[in-house]
Amino acid sequence: MSSAILAAGSAPTHEAVVFWILAPVAVIGALGLVFARSAVHAAVLLALVMLSLAAFYTAEAAPFLAVVQVVVYTGAVLMLFLFVLMLVGVDSSDSLVETLRGQRVAGTLIALGFAVLLIVALAGTLDSFHAHGLADAQGEKGNVVAIAELLFSRYVFAFEATSALLITAGLGAMVLAHRERTAPRRTQRERMLERVERGGAALAPLPGPGVYADHDAVDTPALLPDGSIAVNSVPEYLEISDARPHADAVGRELESPT
Amino acid sequence: MSPDYYLYLSAVLFTIGALGVLIRRNAIVVFMCVELMLNAVNLSLVTFSRIDGNLDGQVIAFFVMVVAAAEVVVGLAILMTVFRTRRSASVDDANLLKY
Repeated sequence: MSSAILAAGSAPTHEAVVFWILAPVAVIGALGLVFARSAVHAAVLLALVMLSLAAFYTAEAAPFLAVVQVVVYTGAVLMLFLFVLMLVGVDSSDSLVETLRGQRVAGTLIALGFAVLLIVALAGTLDSFHAHGLADAQGEKGNVVAIAELLFSRYVFAFEATSALLITAGLGAMVLAHRERTAPRRTQRERMLERVERGGAALAPLPGPGVYADHDAVDTPALLPDGSIAVNSVPEYLEISDARPHADAVGRELESPT
Repeated sequence: MSPDYYLYLSAVLFTIGALGVLIRRNAIVVFMCVELMLNAVNLSLVTFSRIDGNLDGQVIAFFVMVVAAAEVVVGLAILMTVFRTRRSASVDDANLLKY
């Protein structure tokens, strides 16, 4: 990391350019996170906000935190969110039924009021501030070494406590995600015997899709010996394609020699 | 550039996160909005560290990240357990402790 970025105060115009480009990106991404219908879109927009925050950390002379932000938040936390979304079901979108009447309106009003409160309070107090910059605090050592010295001297007890916290969180996640097996596991042999006893269902694999001179897609149905369509030759999630006229012609050709 | 703007941005992002927590129903999206609020506070901590000219703000932001990671792990595990029993990720459906 070059000293120009670390000093940050020495290149105010660069920083302003970065800020005025990325701040709208972050705000629009955050608004998209709140108003996106799909939870996956929300996760991707949150990644955008977190990456722009990492860029702000770099501009604010915190390169270590910028890297941690990318690795921990964008890398680990968001991927965990996406994994859980895949487990829970991507299509679990919000219900539009309001259980509490007027909750949306009230929530929006409260948020607006809170924003006004925060911004007025900031505007009232910020005049007295002027930035000292971090040049004195980190000296010649640079950001990472200076943070490491703080972390392993003044904050060493908190640092050790976080290790206990992380172990507890890992154990807690394992306990919560664990499911006790109440019945013995059924083997494949048992399931197959049960299926033969029950009867009804096809024991052999389902027929494959039809293969013709000009159609061999999975939605092209196979033909039965009498020329009709084998419905179970097409996966149930697909619509049977309209290659029917052609299939009929094949059926007639098959029938005609007899 | 004056660091004040970062504080305003942080306030706006925090408010948007709070708005999401208030109006969204999907528990996972609510959780993401909480993460957004934590990130906004981190931005203000880093800015205060720069205004004040010492590194404690950055160290505290680092600790916030660690705690947030632990919180996400446990929170998502709870969400998965709730989903397994209720078949839903909506915050309105987890109401067995209500009465």
